[in-house]
Amino acid sequence: MGSISLQKVSKVFGEAKVIPSIDLDINNGEFVVFVGPSGCGKSTLLRLIAGLEDVSGGKVVIDGKDATDAAPSERGLAMVFQSYALYPHMSVRNNIAFPLKMAGMPKEEIDKKVSDAARVLNLTDYLERKPRQLSGGQRQRVAIGRAIVRQPSAFLFDEPLSNLDAALRVNMRLEISELHQQLKTTMIYVTHDQVEAMTMADKIVVLNRGNIEQVGSPLELYRSPRNLFVAGFIGSPKMNLISGDYARAQNAATIGIRPEHVSLSTSDGDWRGTVTVAEHLGSDTFLHVNADGVGPITVRAGGEFGVKHGDTVFITPDKSRMHRFDDKGLAIPAAA
Amino acid sequence: MAPKDWNGASFTRTVPEWAAECLSGFGGLFFTRERALPSKNFRSGLAMATLHTRSAARLMMAPSVLLLLAWMIIPLAMTIYFSFLRYNLLMPGMEEYAGFSNYSYFLTDPAFFTAIANTLLIVVGVLLITVVGGILFALLLDQPMFGQGIVRILVIAPFFVMPTVSALVWKNMFMNPVNGLFAWIAKSFGFQPIDWFASVPLFSIIIIVAWQWLPFATLIMLTALQSLDEEQKEAAEMDGAGAFSKFFYIILPHMARAITVVVLIQTIFLLSVFAEILVTTNGGPGIQSTNLTYLVYAQALLQFDIGGASAGGIVAVILANIVAFFLVRLIGKNLEA
Repeated sequence: MGSISLQKVSKVFGEAKVIPSIDLDINNGEFVVFVGPSGCGKSTLLRLIAGLEDVSGGKVVIDGKDATDAAPSERGLAMVFQSYALYPHMSVRNNIAFPLKMAGMPKEEIDKKVSDAARVLNLTDYLERKPRQLSGGQRQRVAIGRAIVRQPSAFLFDEPLSNLDAALRVNMRLEISELHQQLKTTMIYVTHDQVEAMTMADKIVVLNRGNIEQVGSPLELYRSPRNLFVAGFIGSPKMNLISGDYARAQNAATIGIRPEHVSLSTSDGDWRGTVTVAEHLGSDTFLHVNADGVGPITVRAGGEFGVKHGDTVFITPDKSRMHRFDDKGLAIPAAA
Repeated sequence: MAPKDWNGASFTRTVPEWAAECLSGFGGLFFTRERALPSKNFRSGLAMATLHTRSAARLMMAPSVLLLLAWMIIPLAMTIYFSFLRYNLLMPGMEEYAGFSNYSYFLTDPAFFTAIANTLLIVVGVLLITVVGGILFALLLDQPMFGQGIVRILVIAPFFVMPTVSALVWKNMFMNPVNGLFAWIAKSFGFQPIDWFASVPLFSIIIIVAWQWLPFATLIMLTALQSLDEEQKEAAEMDGAGAFSKFFYIILPHMARAITVVVLIQTIFLLSVFAEILVTTNGGPGIQSTNLTYLVYAQALLQFDIGGASAGGIVAVILANIVAFFLVRLIGKNLEA
């Protein structure tokens, strides 16, 4: 139930090699997030799993069965699209019932399942409305409802929150996480937002130019990024990457230190710098410091750290949390 | 004034105007535009200024509105006027008031009912062929294929051929019982060729007119098809809809508005099919392929009875409005967003 395995999967559009070759195992019940910058092939990968695109090479194995040539509907997967792809002329009820109707289920059973799904998703009062009469969040829930009723072996989400406003996005993020706790079904979720990836995933797959850069739990990726790309992509604000003399002194081409692993002082420290911008968020303060001999450094300080533009501060990186990268951008293990 | 002029004008002009009215609302079209403009361009001005500009705008529009109104009213009024006269071109100078006798003659003429039936048959028959065929052609043309651009232009081509020419081509090249292509095909299979215009005159005309309107329907349907969200089709695919379910549950409802537009616009023009009948059957044999337009023509220019023809024209206008009323009632709701 719901394990998916990609074996040497590749995808070519004409001349362009979108995905050179990917191997990936997704276990039953996992919440897997594909994350990467736009154009990295994460949506294509999802569509390959869904069967909406044909693979150019390799195999897609779902529940131990080779599904490479299976039609999308035969794979037992359900997808939530970025645009929601609701059927505009059908009521919410008929939208949710559509996959069941296509499966030829008897009417009483359909009604029961639709009302169950509507209850779970708080849509009971809206069943007779048309999609255009719903808000963005409600449409999103209808799309999820349409996916749930099929009881698929895995859910596929293609950037489902990108059309929602910020507050609603946080809400829906929670709801989808809760849904995963309830259903315990495999979910594959595509996003370009690393915050969504960090907060929701059991396993994050970081993609770049069609290649998997790293696979791991959110904290694994945070603690030990395998290369510069992952180091720069995961974490907010971004990791400070320092090259030059200081890095060479540490036997590395580039040194990475996260903003939260730098301590600040107004009196003494390793580096002396000038504050260029101070962003006070209340709970935190992000300081952009121009450090002498090192370059611009972002520092995360306590919420009420009262410095402003032009102040001189001293910063000290936590050497034990420092990441070292060689000239190929790969991480140098801490032990070496 | 030549009688041909005003008689033709009164009928064909009023029908499109009715169309404009039912499609977008005659008044609405003009006045919403007029109201939208000042509020956008003169937002900084005072309320008085906008009121002022609005009346100025009305004043400046007046000439064109009056011209259009006169364009419609004068032929219509003259037709109504003539319809109450005993007015025959063979007896010039003998016009006199005739009351409703023109109307009673026209409405009790057995040819009148045949003409109405023929008119409706042409409209319904052509609509059936073009809507179904248009959807099928659109589905076909929507598929990616080699030389798509050229194929699309070729498909649209019949629309550019004028009705008289296309009807003559059909008459002489395809449907001729001796030299026509259809006759040749029938003969090469050992069948008796069909004498199209003698045995099935109305059906032949329906085929010719449908051939002319098929490109229009196809074009509108194709644009509708292309505006369908790709993700919706994919969602239906994921939901397990096969090709037929996808067509009936997703594609067809999406095309409802386009189909409505095709039906409304084509009905307007199909009610007044004329050239195809004139160059092929001349309304015959007998009156088997005479529609209302052709009957009015025959009354005016073959029997020289201007009064009777005018009465017929007015009857046709009334009938067109009845058809429009029911049509808009029936499918007009599809046009609402």
